[in-house]
Amino acid sequence: MTLDTGTGHDLSGIGSTRSAVVGRSPWVTAGIPAAAVLAAVVASICLGSSPSTLAEVWHAIVTPTGTDMDVTIRELRWPRTLTGIAAGACLGVAGLLTQGHTRNAVADPGLLGINQGAALAIVAATFTFGGLSVYTQATLAFFGALLASVVVFLIGTAARHGATPITLVLSGAAVTALCGGVVTGLTLLDEASLDTLRFWQVGSLAARSNVIDSLWPFVLAGLLLAVLNIGALNTLALGEDVARSLGTSVLAARSTGIAAITLLAGCAVTMAGPIAFAGLVVPHLARAVAGGDYRRSLPAAAAIGVGLVLVADTAGRLIARPGELSVGVVLAVIGAPFFVLLARRRRMVTV
Amino acid sequence: MSPGADTPLAPARVLRAGPVSIMVRPRAVAVGVSLAVLCLLAAAVHLANGGTALPVDAVARALLGDDSNRLVYLAVTELRAPRTLAAIIAGACLAAAGALTQTVARNPLASPDILGVTAGSSLGAVSVVVLAGGGAAGLSGMAGNVSLPVAAFAGGVLAGALVYLLALSRSIDSYRLVLVGLGINGLAVSLTTWMLTLGDVTNAAQALTWMSGSLNGKDWPLVEPMAVLGAVLLAAALVLGRRSALLTLDDDVTTGLGVRVGLLRLAAFGLAALLASTGVVVAGPLVFVALASPQIARLITGSVTPPILPSALVGIVFVLIADTVAANALPVSLPAGVATAVLGGPYLIFLVLRYQRRLA
Repeated sequence: MTLDTGTGHDLSGIGSTRSAVVGRSPWVTAGIPAAAVLAAVVASICLGSSPSTLAEVWHAIVTPTGTDMDVTIRELRWPRTLTGIAAGACLGVAGLLTQGHTRNAVADPGLLGINQGAALAIVAATFTFGGLSVYTQATLAFFGALLASVVVFLIGTAARHGATPITLVLSGAAVTALCGGVVTGLTLLDEASLDTLRFWQVGSLAARSNVIDSLWPFVLAGLLLAVLNIGALNTLALGEDVARSLGTSVLAARSTGIAAITLLAGCAVTMAGPIAFAGLVVPHLARAVAGGDYRRSLPAAAAIGVGLVLVADTAGRLIARPGELSVGVVLAVIGAPFFVLLARRRRMVTV
Repeated sequence: MSPGADTPLAPARVLRAGPVSIMVRPRAVAVGVSLAVLCLLAAAVHLANGGTALPVDAVARALLGDDSNRLVYLAVTELRAPRTLAAIIAGACLAAAGALTQTVARNPLASPDILGVTAGSSLGAVSVVVLAGGGAAGLSGMAGNVSLPVAAFAGGVLAGALVYLLALSRSIDSYRLVLVGLGINGLAVSLTTWMLTLGDVTNAAQALTWMSGSLNGKDWPLVEPMAVLGAVLLAAALVLGRRSALLTLDDDVTTGLGVRVGLLRLAAFGLAALLASTGVVVAGPLVFVALASPQIARLITGSVTPPILPSALVGIVFVLIADTVAANALPVSLPAGVATAVLGGPYLIFLVLRYQRRLA
């Protein structure tokens, strides 16, 4: 076990301090995340600066008559909840794939340059043209994220042996730093850029809740690619050589994975800004609940991502009434202690 | 994931003289010497460049105590020398901290961020700037009296201690330590980002300057004690360095070799936290230096784990060049941290591409 491979532990299972959870009851694996998601969705629709009853929600959905509460639920809370569902699922799955492909527990989708690429596009445009509309920002973020991720992938795969975890990790770190440096430079030279960036960077489900309408195809495509990647991820977890001998095409698997991560994390950042913590923590939670098999941990990651993001967003609406705290801050404040507790309590399943 | 799949060790020669023998890796020695020469060159260039370029010989004379040209003498000894020394301390300390954390965590991404130190420092510093600027009523008077380096150091040390205590149970397991560090780091980063939205944009810009890592206005009262502290910590890191490489082996193997793994891990992590705090207090959280320097050193020396001394030397060259470029390349002077990222990124990419075969 040396540093080169970028993994935490010997995964052979012989003498390893941790091994994947096996034989967990499917009720636990499927039940916990499903219940969490359902509760979070209901809470997100019902709760806010003026809480509504389930009857009012029913009224708003089935027989809307244009009361204030109907409008609040249909025009504000529903799109926001939808954004939370999409962003949470995207971040959870993208995070799991990122950690799986880089074999690195410290990796999050931001490692592939996705967040910094989006930030760079927004800041560079603000620097050049001045203030931007919400839609322009979203479009820029999406293509910036896409471009950065493609660059990372191209550098990582310029190897003779294709994209190994270590080349992906190092090229990702390098491109992220490069974009981040330019962003910092531009924001220091221009206060308008800084003003745009600092509010975009916090992450929010409310600021761009209509963007989701045009992003669905990309979200679904990303999820589909992720599902197609499950088998290859399971064999790649045994090491590249073993995966090859089992008939997995490593390059195809890595390309599919990176494409899925790019689409999913790119959509999340476009909709909600960089909610960094989710992509990092959710995969660990998913593996703790569902074990190391991607057939189980991938749906779990999607569900836990949705639950966490919605709970954090709803809590942010309730804590700071009548104002609100943004989802990214609340997620970190709630998520960090929970994550630390989990790391202490149980044996985390290594990547 | 077997060691056999990794980079082979650099070739070594053994020099014997009677009962004494010493192992020498010619390539490592050559790289080390070249890096040391580069450090000196970079320091000379850094000293000679500033608001007005001074001839190198005038700078050298001033450093040797020739005060015949009073203005040059003062400019060099009171403004430039402390700044150059600050860059050297920051580069060496951050890079050595990175080499230690990457070795202990067995992870090339494990920069001192996973200790929570850098994010804790930023949170402390940004709190002072934003609250002192009247961002939150009631706290402004109190925060205004705390100086920024003090807040940064306190924030860093507190966060580091918190991470260690939270990760502590019967044993210190590196995987758990990394996860706890990530959690605390994420929390501090989010709070910092949120803090930036509180005050007005001028305060945010000031906070951002500090966060991006700047060597502006570093003077002797700050640099002198930090130089002493940094030197002591680096010496300790060098002593610990060879042993810490054992931590990349399986714990059972290391224990079998008669090494007390828990103690070694605590020493390496504690030292890394102190080194990182020192570097951050001197120059702010210079992005990318701690992450990239050890990897660059590893690639050019061809060693398996990030070597401490070459990492520190790479860090010094890195920060000196970055600050020279950031301060002088554009009509506006930018913080060094902007250049560490913009120059270091492409260089790391170049190395990754070039050493592909040995990485795979």
